[in-house]
This record gives sequence, C-alpha cells and structure tokens, in this order.
Amino acid sequence: MVDGILNYLWLVPALPLLGVIVNSVIALFVERPLLLAEEDHGAPSHGPSTRGTSAPMGEGHGASHAAPAYRKLVAFVGPAVVGASFVVSLLAVLALAARPAHDRLFVQVLFPWIQAGTFFAPAAFQLDPLSSVMILVVTGVGFLIHVYSVGYMSHEKAFARYFIYLNLFTFAMLLLVLGSNFLLMFVGWEGVGLCSYLLIGYWYEKKSAADAGKKAFIVNRVGDFGFLVAVFLIFWTFGTVEYTEVFGKIPGLAASGVLTTGIATAITLLLFVGAVGKSAQIPLYVWLPDAMEGPTPVSALIHAATMVTAGVYMVARTNALYLLAPTSMAVVAVVGAATALFSATIGITQNDIKRVLAYSTVSQLGYMFLACGVGAFTAGIFHLMTHAFFKALLFLGSGSVIHALSGEQDMRKMGSLRKHLPITFTTMFIATLAISGIPGLSGFFSKDEILWKSFSSGHGHVGLWLVGTAAAGITAFYMFRLVFLTFFGDSRMEPEVEKHVHESPYSMTVPLMLLAVLSVAGGWIGIPHVLGGYNYFEEWLAPVFAHGAEGAAHGGAHASAALEVLLMAGSVGVALCGIGLAWYLYRVRTEVPKEIADRVPGLYDLVLNKYYVDEIYDVAIVRKIVNGSIWLWEAFDTAFLDGIVNGIAALVKGAGERTRRLQTGVVGNYAFSLLLGAVILVGFLLWS
Amino acid sequence: MAPISIDAAALLTSVQSIVPEIIVVATAIFVLLLDLAISEEKKHLLCGMGLLGIGVALFSVYALGQGRIEGFSGMIVHDGMGAFFDVVILSACALTFLMATGYSEWEGTHKGEFYSLILLSTSGMMFMAKGTDLMTVFLGLETLSIPIYVLVGFHRNRMSSLEGALKYFLLGAFASGFLLYGIALIYAVTGTTKIPVLATMLYDPRILASPLFLAGTGLLLVGFAFKVSLVPFHMWTPDAYEGAPTVVTAFMSAAVKAAAFAALIRVLLVALPGMQPVLWKVLWGLAVLTMTVGNLSALVQNNVKRLLAYSSIAHAGYILVGLVSGDVLGGQASLFYLLVYAFMNMGAFGVVMLIAQKEDEGYDIANLAGIGFKYPALGALLTLFLISLGGIPPTAGFVGKFYLFSAAVKNGYIWLAVIGVLNSAASIYYYLRMVVYMYMVTPDVEVAVPRPPRILFSMALCASAVVVVVLGIIPRSVLEIAERSVLSLLM
Amino acid sequence: MANLVSSIQFADPYFSVLLLLIIAVGMSVGFVFLSQALGPRKYDRIKYSVYECGVDPFTSASVRVSVKFYLVALLFLLFDLETAFLYPWAVLFRDLGLFGFIEMTIFVGILLVGLVYAWKKGALDWQ
Repeated sequence: MVDGILNYLWLVPALPLLGVIVNSVIALFVERPLLLAEEDHGAPSHGPSTRGTSAPMGEGHGASHAAPAYRKLVAFVGPAVVGASFVVSLLAVLALAARPAHDRLFVQVLFPWIQAGTFFAPAAFQLDPLSSVMILVVTGVGFLIHVYSVGYMSHEKAFARYFIYLNLFTFAMLLLVLGSNFLLMFVGWEGVGLCSYLLIGYWYEKKSAADAGKKAFIVNRVGDFGFLVAVFLIFWTFGTVEYTEVFGKIPGLAASGVLTTGIATAITLLLFVGAVGKSAQIPLYVWLPDAMEGPTPVSALIHAATMVTAGVYMVARTNALYLLAPTSMAVVAVVGAATALFSATIGITQNDIKRVLAYSTVSQLGYMFLACGVGAFTAGIFHLMTHAFFKALLFLGSGSVIHALSGEQDMRKMGSLRKHLPITFTTMFIATLAISGIPGLSGFFSKDEILWKSFSSGHGHVGLWLVGTAAAGITAFYMFRLVFLTFFGDSRMEPEVEKHVHESPYSMTVPLMLLAVLSVAGGWIGIPHVLGGYNYFEEWLAPVFAHGAEGAAHGGAHASAALEVLLMAGSVGVALCGIGLAWYLYRVRTEVPKEIADRVPGLYDLVLNKYYVDEIYDVAIVRKIVNGSIWLWEAFDTAFLDGIVNGIAALVKGAGERTRRLQTGVVGNYAFSLLLGAVILVGFLLWS
Repeated sequence: MAPISIDAAALLTSVQSIVPEIIVVATAIFVLLLDLAISEEKKHLLCGMGLLGIGVALFSVYALGQGRIEGFSGMIVHDGMGAFFDVVILSACALTFLMATGYSEWEGTHKGEFYSLILLSTSGMMFMAKGTDLMTVFLGLETLSIPIYVLVGFHRNRMSSLEGALKYFLLGAFASGFLLYGIALIYAVTGTTKIPVLATMLYDPRILASPLFLAGTGLLLVGFAFKVSLVPFHMWTPDAYEGAPTVVTAFMSAAVKAAAFAALIRVLLVALPGMQPVLWKVLWGLAVLTMTVGNLSALVQNNVKRLLAYSSIAHAGYILVGLVSGDVLGGQASLFYLLVYAFMNMGAFGVVMLIAQKEDEGYDIANLAGIGFKYPALGALLTLFLISLGGIPPTAGFVGKFYLFSAAVKNGYIWLAVIGVLNSAASIYYYLRMVVYMYMVTPDVEVAVPRPPRILFSMALCASAVVVVVLGIIPRSVLEIAERSVLSLLM
Repeated sequence: MANLVSSIQFADPYFSVLLLLIIAVGMSVGFVFLSQALGPRKYDRIKYSVYECGVDPFTSASVRVSVKFYLVALLFLLFDLETAFLYPWAVLFRDLGLFGFIEMTIFVGILLVGLVYAWKKGALDWQ
C-alpha cells in the first residue's frame, strides 16, 4: 500500500539518469552538428559571451532568435526528470514516515555488483531519515535550480551539454546519498567531483575557467585519497562495506577489542580528509572560491547547496565511528570552527559578489563540521538543510543581479539596484536575514542550535562557542555589506550597462520566491524546546543519531534553559551588531571603510588577498611539486623511462617485423610449419 | 541373423538430443530450395527464413534446457556444455545473417548457397560441440569445414578470396588427416572412440605410457590446434581471414573457434584429465607461443582485417590459458570468454565492414582516419569493441580476461598469467592505434563514407554492444551458467 | 625410442599393419632409388620430347580442360558414393526394417535436394 512506493526508490536516481541519456542523444545528434556547422560558417565559437565573464548576455543583448525545438525539449526534459525525481522522493519519504520510528530503514538491493573473494558489494539503495533529508534537498533545491537554469542559460549555445552535466550531477549526488555502502558512496563521490569539474570548466575556452576546473579536481584528489584508504581500512576491520553491517558490528567489535580507539581514529581521520577536500575546509578550501568561474546556477547547486555538503553527510553517516574516536571529534570541531571564522574574515574584503558568497559557503560549512565535531549531528544536518535553502537563494539572486547587469560581478560597480530588481532584492534580503541569524528565520534556528550545542555538549568547549559566535557576527556584517553595496546607495553602474538593467524572467524569479519561502519557514520544523517549540527534525533523525543524541543530551543536562536563552540572545545581539556596523560603514559614513583600509594597509591587504594562502600553497607545495615533476620528467621520464619504453617498443616492433616475415604466403611453408609443429608436439609427448 | 531391434523410446531420446541441429539442417535445405523458386529481388527472403530457423533452433535449445540427454548410443549428448555452445554458435550465426543483409547486397553474395552453406556449417559446429564420440567430433568438424572452405572463396572474382580458400582447403585437409590419424591411434590402443569411455581407460597406467596413445593424443591436439589457429598451426589464418568475404571472416572468427574449442574442452576435461600432468606443459607452451606470436604480428599490420586475424590468433592463446589447468574454474573462464569474444569480435568486424567501401584496399587502416568525429555512433561502437578486445574495463573483454588470468594464478601458473597480461598490454597498442586513427589522424583525402547500415545490420551491432557492456558490468549470471556447463561435463 | 621398440610385441594385432607399412614404403622408395642408381643416363632432344605414341605432337600438351568436365566429375562422384552407401544397406535391409528404410529415405531425400539444386542451377546442361 503506502509502503509499496518504497519499491520505486530506484526511480529517484534513475530519472535524472534518463535525463542524461535523452539530453546526450540530443546533444550528440542535434546540437553538436549544429554547433559544428556554425563554426564552419565562421560564427564566433560557442563559449563565454563577449564580456568574457561567467554570466550570459542580458536579454537586451541576446539575439532574440526563437529557440529551436530541440532547446525547448532540453529545457523541458532537464528540469522535468529532476522534478519527477523529487515527487518520487517525497512519496518515498512520506511512506517511510508512515512507519514506526524504529523501523524507518529501507534497503533496496538492485543487483549484486561486485563479488571478489569475501568482498561483496551490492548495488543497493538505503532510505533512512538521514538520506531522506538529503534526497529531498538534492531533488527539491535541485529542481528549482534546474528551472532557474533554463532562463539563465538561455543564451548559451551548448545548452544540451549544460543539462547533461547538471542531470548527471544530480544522478551522482543521489547515488552518493542513497547508496547503501561506502563503495557506492565513493562512486557518487567521484561522480559529483567529475561533474563539478565539467561544470566549473563549462566555458572551457576561457583559461581561468579551465584552470579553476583543474584546481578543483586536483585538490579534491587529495581528499579522495584519504576517503579511499578509509574505505579499505573499514573493509579490513569489518569485512564489509555495507552501512547496516558495519554499524551493526561496531558494538561487538569494540567490546571484543578488535575495533580499538586507534583504528576508529585512523578511519575517521582519513574519512575527514575526504570530507575536508569535498567540503572545502582548511586546508583544502582553496578550490571553492575559484570554482565560481562556473555558471552561477552551478555555484548554487553544486558549490553551495549539495555537493560541498557531501562531507558533512559522510561524517554524519559515520557518526557511530566518530563517537568512538574523541580525538577525531575534536579535530573535526576545531577545523570546522577555524574555517568558519577564517573564511568569514576573508568575506569582508571581497568585492566580487560571488566570491563573497563562496567564502560565506566555506564559513557555513565550517559551522556544520563544528556541529558534527561536538556530537550535534542533528544540528549539523539541520544547518545543512537550511543553508541549502538560503545559500542557493543568495547565489541565484546574485545570478539574477549578474544577469541583469550583463555579466558584471564587481559590487563596486553596482548600487541602487533595489528599484530595478524588486523581486531579486526582496528575496535576497530575506536570505540575508536568514543567514545572519535573525530570529524566526530558518538560519536562526539551525545556527543557534549549533552554537548552543558547541557550548553545552559533552564534546563542546566555551572556546568553540566564542569562535562560532564571532563568526556569526562577521557573517552578518559581510552579508549586509553585500546587500548595501548592491541594492542601496547611489548607482555606480557603467552607463552602458545601466541602460539594459531589467528584472529577470519568471523562470528565474519563481525559484527565487519559492526558495525565499523555504528560507523563512524551513527552520520551523526544528524549533528548540526552550522557545516552546517542538523539534520535529531532531525526532526524525533520532534513529540515525541515537548515540550522538545521547552524548549531546548527557552533556546538556548540566546546562539550564535560562542559560540557553541567554546565549541565544547574545548571539542575536552579536548579529545585530554586525548588521549595525555594516549599516554605519556602508550607508552612513561610506568613506570610513576606505580610511580603515588605508590606516592598516598591511592587515587589509593580507585579508584582501585571502591571507595569501593560494600564494603560500603555490610556493610551498605546487612549485615544489611542479619543479620536482619537471626534474622527474627530464631526468627520469625522458631519459630513463622513455628510453626503456621506446626501447621495448622498438624491440617489440622489431620482433613483430620478424614474426611477420615468417608469414611467407607460400602454402608449402605453411604446411611445413604445421608438420614441424606436429613433430615437435608429438615428440615432446613421447619423450617426456 | 536376428533383426536388429530398434528401441523406439531410445530413438525418440536420440532425436530429441539433436532437435536444434535438425532444425538448422532443415532450414538450410529449405533455404536452398527456396532460392531456386524465388526471383532475384526477393532474395532477402532467404535471409529472413534463415533467421527464423535460427530463432526456432535457439528456442529449442532453451526448451531442452541444460539437462543431460544422451542420444545414438552415446555418440552425441545434449548437456549444459552443448547447450551453452549451441547458444554461442547460433548467436554468431544470427549475427552473421543480420550483417549479411547489407553486406550481400553490396558484394553480390546474395545467393541461396551463401545462406544454406552458413547454416550447414553451423549444424556441423553444433554436432562438434555436442559430440561425445571422437568420430562424431570428426564428422562435425568436416561438416563445418567444407562449407567454410567454399564460403572463404565465395568472391570468385577476387584473387585474395580464391587464394585464401585454396590455402585453407589444402592445409585444412592436411590437418584433418592429422586429427583422423590421431583418432585412429587412440582407437588402436584403447579400442574405443567414446570420450567418456576413454576417461575410464586412462586409469590404466600402461595405456598412459603407451607411445601410440601419446602420439595419438598429440596428433589429435594438432588437429584441434589447426582449427582454433594456435601457433605454429595458424599460418592459414591471416590469408584466409583476409581473403574471405568479411561477413564470413567474422563468422569464422567467432563460431568456428567456439566449436573447435568446445570439442577440445570436452576432450581435455572429460577424456584426458589423467594426462594433465604432462599435457599442461604442451598447452602452456602453445598458449604462450600463440599469444606472443599473434600479438607481435598484429602490431605491424596496416590492414585492419589482417590485424583482426592476428588478434584472433592471440585470443585463441588467451582462451587456451583457461584450459592449461584442466579444472572447472579455468574451463568456466574459457567458456565465458568464447561467448564474449563472439560478440565483440563480430561487432568489430561489423563496423569495419561498414567503413571499408571495398574488399581488399578498403581495409587499410588509413581509411579509418577522421571517422570518429564525423560518424560518432560508428566511432563509439568500434571503440567499444576494440577496448573490449584489449581487455579494458568496464567491458566484457576485461571481465573475461580477468577470470582467465585469475584462474591461471589460482592454479599456480603465475608465469603464464604474467605473460598473458604482458601480451594483453601489448595488444592495447594496436587496438588503440585504430582508435587513434579514428579520432586523431586527419585524413589525407576525404573521410571515407561508410555504407549506411540496414536496420538489421544496426540491430546486430547494437546487440553486440549491449552484450559487451552488460556482461562487463554484471557478468555474474552468465559466469554461473558457464560454471554449470563445465560442471555438467564432469557429472 | 627405446620404449617405442620394446612396446611393440609380435603378438600385437597391429604388428602386421606396421609390417605392411614398412614393406610398402620400403618398396616404393627402394624402386625410385634403384632406378636412379642403375638406369643409364643419356639425354637428347628426342628423349625430352612428349611421348605421343611415336607421333610428333602438333599442339601443346598443357591445354585447359573445360570446367564442365570437373562439374560432371564431381556430380558423378557424389552420386556414385550414394550408390556405394546403398549397397550395404540393401544387403541388411531385412534386418534394419522400417527404421532403416526411414533413415535411408531421409538420406536419399537430402541427396535428391542436391540433385534438384544442381539441375535447376544448370549444372547438368552442357552449354
């Protein structure tokens, strides 16, 4: 009956895959020939539009040619499959919710996938409260962003290619969160990495985009290595990679001494290395700001709402292991808190609207890890969800701004857009309030829960709370700086650009409005008890985080409700201070920021240049590797290896020539060879 | 003399055991007669009738299942092994027919003989795969060979076709002589030609030591080695493969090899396990020699058909790797690989057939230049088949090679596996060379225009591609069937 | 080689076959060598000429024989073999009974198809 819908769980990833196939066929047989034909006629190649920025031309610029039929088909299929997938997800989650709380685990085995010796991994999907949240976010937010993309990418020539990648990404992400074992998660993990690379480098003819794609891919490899070793270690320890089996064996193995704290620490730290790469934490966060070279909807979907949160999902998924390794927990919490503060400070000085949001994303991901690190996995996932709503909204809003300004991304050349872009302004303003932690909006509930847990939990520490609260204040500051610079004050736009400013089409604004609703209301399912609410979200996830909730509750026992309310008021106060400061600096005394920058030039430059981390990495790591590999290439590869390889190749080819000469073409020789072979064969048998 | 009594029930079982073969032969005769009755423009009917017959035969194999049905007082048996090879051979035959629809029209081989010869040859192969008596095996071999000789020379106006046919015929007759002589010597020592009975005779150490028996076994091996083209009995292969009409080449490379290996596997696993301690050295040597010479020669070929001919020699070597140990694991791997090989090799020949405009000069590798981007579907298909032949995941070719070599390793033949892997690595060079030509070499003149394939032709290519991909990802069920087939031999 | 010789026993029923083989090969090879060794060698123009019953040949001896002869020869061979196979069957006809009759009908039937085919294809016409 209701439960039966769960049997269609496979449709959730299968539908986006269908989209990939359909769009691939269109791209291969319709779009590619068209583009090739255009190239032949000397038309400018497909790629970034004339301004060479990551946004398409404004409506007024675009040739108003009617979209060919195939583009309409792509524009329908791309979002429709994800929308359908969302519907299936929703039904499946409702079916799951209809079950009693202890029974909310459904595993659908599709087929036995790999079997080698004792190693067995089926292709199976697991739906439990945790993956429910993930698939709803991925398909729901993903659907809105697909719809938005139809408008945003409407001037791009390689339209079908874009939707292939986007659908493929959705498929891989669903594989990642739905897979029932670490191996399937790894497949999805690599898949989303690949799609991220492809989409960052979507305008591959632009060097910076191609470089950013490569950077993301290479930095992620470092993390993937850690993840893969962790999976080996898990198999070595547990003899399986299935979640249910691994987590089921933990108590037994821990009791029997097989699973020592050392092994648990090793596994979890290695897993965290993977998470650090994918979720852009210190020290591997450097790829994410550069990833903004991709189209803005991609930044919203992959680099804000979904893919980068995969690390958080993975840590939450393996919470049972983390709880066995206090050291790892501490590392996760400290790295998370440090990243939250560190990248928030960079966010203050950035002038590129998307880069501010990128650093903000890194910072917010830091919050999620902080939550996981103090054992508040529920809070981490809660923030993951609300962040997906408001950060996707912020990115899409910024995309709308960029779209309106014909590709301008520098906030110094904006201003007063409030009047021109009312919908964009309103929705973005709501999102900014949400991320700043204004009470009543989604961001407030999730962020405050994290801050409270980092203070009160058994794994928490007052230092972590202080860092988190400080970062919250800075967040409010730079977000309002963004809003003030973009939407308020006098216009600083180029006259040429100003003429074409326009509100975006409905396909873009409707997703903005829907996301704004979610940004407001998304938090209401997790209102803390102390405010008289009921935390449905915590109850929903309780079966997955049974241990974690226990630890957090145990720690929380000594803290009083009064203290919780006090701290809450404190963090709201800090946020309001941040907003007030932004208002003062960017609305009242607009000359002050310049003065401050002039007064402490060293510090300002340091932050403006992102603490020179990229440069330090370049000198300390990249250069050395490059130089080392140049040496390897010249001395080892060219001289030695190539010598061997070419030598062998020449030898083999020479041998080939010789064996070919045996083939004379004379039938008598053939018969002789046959006879000779027979004599040798029979002779050998007789004499042996 | 009393009348020879005929047991009606036994007769019925006997007939039952060869139902698929009867259907194929009947189809062949029907097609031959139909050819006389219909006009020139309706010749495609012949192909359709042939396909229908193959379909019915395949269904009968399915209906008979994998159970053991002995017929004609132990001359022939329908068991798991027989069913498996019936499917492989009939599939190869069906693919040939599907491809022949287009090919015959271009090349003028649209004749009743063509189809009925292929069907007759198919029936011979099936008898060979199911024969449990050396005489049945020999008769099957001859029934399969004689039509093939004719088919190789089917292009009466092409010198290379005639040359290939003549060479193949002469050497084939020579090799048949060896085989028959080997059977005779074995009969001389043991007094039987029945394969299961031979197995029991080999418990007698005197027979095992008898030089006549050893010589007989050796000559028997030579006969089989010729048909599956093991080095040094392979000399005919490049010439015959290059000369034959390409559909026939594809058919030979897949089906003849499968049938000959079927009989060889039956003889090795059922009759000669007692000789394994000696025989493995011979098989080891033949496998190594075949893989190495085949791959080395393929490296320097510029004619695609000849290149694939050498590649097919090398593949015979890979398949033999599975038989060295003489156990179920290796046999299962060989069976699986033969199935996969039939599809991927026929697929590769199919695409090449479309690209090459004409026989002979059309098969120069330079003809592939620029095909990849201009004709993405063809390029992608050929690339798929080639990487499968090269043994690169996630294709079925990889899975097949993986099981072959891991069987060798598990049975302790580490060096054999090492040599096999090295060979496989070397082979990637010439397979990828074709891919490089398709995608990276700018053509000197214009890009060759492939023939537009018929729907049936495209179906054949797509079916092969699907098999190659699906068995590359989920090979388990087929591997299990192969395992059951080999086990059915040993029951 | 030692075990090869020792394994041959005179009581072995195949010993006579071996003996026959040795004598046959020995004689044919022997005579070739004998004629080489003993025969006188005198070569002249007449000796090199084609022997045509004492008459000087007036055309080249290596003419192409029409393919039709081969065709006929092949067909003859085929149906001749058929007859050869029918003989033992006819002898045992009574013992084989109905089964033998049906079996032979199928055999002859298939051969007949061949005949019809050859006929329709014009293999029997001498044009």
